[in-house]
Amino acid sequence: MAVKKFVVGCFDDEGPLFDAVKKVRKSGYKLHDVYTPFPIHGLDKAMGLRDTSLHTAGFLYAIFGTTSMLSFMTWVFTADFPLNVGGKPHFALPAWIPITFEFTVLCSCVGMVITFMYLCQLAPFVKKHHFHLRATDDKFVMVIELTSKTNESEVSSFLTGLGATEVNVQNAETGWWLGRYDKEQKLFVEGQSETVSA
Amino acid sequence: MAIKEVFAIPARYRTWSLALMGVGILSVIIGFFLYGTGEHPARFWATMLQNSVFFLLVTNAAMFFLCATTLAMGGWQLTFGRVTEAISVAVIPLGIIAFIVLICLVTVDPHVYHWLHPHGDKILEGKSAFLNKGFFITWTILTIGLWIVLGYKMRQLSRETDNAPLGDPETGRRYIFKNTVWAAIFIVWFALTVMSVTPWFWLMSIDAHWYSTMYSWYTFASTFVSGMALITLFVVFLKNQGYLEFANEEHIHDLGKFMFAFSIFWTYLWFAQYMLIWYANIPEETVYFKSRVTSKNHSGPYTGLYWFMFCINFLAPLLILMRRGSKRNYTTVTFMAILIIFGHWLDFYQMIHASLFPDHVTLNLFDFGVAAGFVGLILYAVGNALTKAPLVAKNHPFIKESIIHHT
Repeated sequence: MAVKKFVVGCFDDEGPLFDAVKKVRKSGYKLHDVYTPFPIHGLDKAMGLRDTSLHTAGFLYAIFGTTSMLSFMTWVFTADFPLNVGGKPHFALPAWIPITFEFTVLCSCVGMVITFMYLCQLAPFVKKHHFHLRATDDKFVMVIELTSKTNESEVSSFLTGLGATEVNVQNAETGWWLGRYDKEQKLFVEGQSETVSA
Repeated sequence: MAIKEVFAIPARYRTWSLALMGVGILSVIIGFFLYGTGEHPARFWATMLQNSVFFLLVTNAAMFFLCATTLAMGGWQLTFGRVTEAISVAVIPLGIIAFIVLICLVTVDPHVYHWLHPHGDKILEGKSAFLNKGFFITWTILTIGLWIVLGYKMRQLSRETDNAPLGDPETGRRYIFKNTVWAAIFIVWFALTVMSVTPWFWLMSIDAHWYSTMYSWYTFASTFVSGMALITLFVVFLKNQGYLEFANEEHIHDLGKFMFAFSIFWTYLWFAQYMLIWYANIPEETVYFKSRVTSKNHSGPYTGLYWFMFCINFLAPLLILMRRGSKRNYTTVTFMAILIIFGHWLDFYQMIHASLFPDHVTLNLFDFGVAAGFVGLILYAVGNALTKAPLVAKNHPFIKESIIHHT
């Protein structure tokens, strides 16, 4: 990840935000992300985000759970430690289905939670840059990345024109890093364009 | 384009429904003379029982869906609510047919229910307080009669608002409350019938010595998932004809979720019934699977049919309907709906025929012909019912919630 320069615009309401997202995409500015206090239906479509592939990951974890548990039990009860349970065959498939099912669900959900945390870059002991703290409370924050073809004053006035109540320019690390929220770390040194790690 | 509010039956639709009904009537007549007369009339009556009860429960599931969503304060189903209402109208003709068949089964006695002669049989004598002709007939009349009456009441409540907007929110609230009361009464009666006593009488009593506490739930799951498939088919059909402009892929997606979820639910009950019997290994219970499943020392003639039915009722919905995209695709959903209805029809086939004729599978054109007749009857009754009222209950308090529904 790298430290990049962003223009941050805050909106008071989700109504103008939708409009703004559409206009930003139309104008060709690079939309980094939008941070809102609550999930907004249809915003992902308006932003042009693709569908998540978390489901596919979940399916693969489930397949892993099913096959590993079934093969493990087959090995244990037919080869390693065959027991005679009430005269039932050693390969007692119906009796294994509940265990297989539970293990499938376990693999699928734990795997999906971990994948989700990784995709959102959430974990204990790691930190991410917050563009605006009130995005968790009552502000709708839109972040536009500055490129070599855009300059900050132009984007700032564009955002103000769209109805942003507060506009500022920030240098921010886009990824996550080891750190704590109660301690301030300087990741960016003015005048230096290279990445500075914490 | 102007909104098409009222359904007009296309000529081809009418031709098809009449043709299918013709095939059905012909099959019944031929079947009666081939199988219904002589020494062993059970073959004819078993097929009549299977088809009439299956399609009756499938259409009645539409009314259950309507009442359950009403009780849950659901709004999303309203864009196609009139379709479920129309499907539940088919309960009237199917209920009458099923009633005639069931009454014939206990009065004419074509050897389908052997509990009719309990003398000398300890188990049947013990059960005779429940399994007797009088109780069977009373319960059958009550079951079908109350379904028809309560279903009619629910449909009336829905029609009420068509020409009389509800006005202020207070009237709307009272209207919703009245709906929930009648829906609750239907649900209670549904619980006492489909989910418990009625399948014991109509279906489980074929194996009067055997019993399973899962049986009624199993029957319910089987018919409810088919009912959802039937609703989906009609919604897709009406969309293709240019009706139901407010129903879109969001609603189809939710119907697909119902088909997916209740296929899994059916499998859960299927497995719970199977595994407990397998695990306990008590002869009086395992006898049920003797004709259905092949094991190491014994072959059951229905085993191929049984596992085929399991594949299309569980594996196919699980793997095909799992993806979000396939639940939003009209073609996939239609294909799966037809497959599910066919699969559960086969399920009912093995529930009845594998008990009555454990020695060999007798599935042939006669069974399919009778099924075609019932499909035609449903098409005819539902098509007629759809023309009777506007397709969207535009004055219902929750209609906006349904139009902007988003999954």
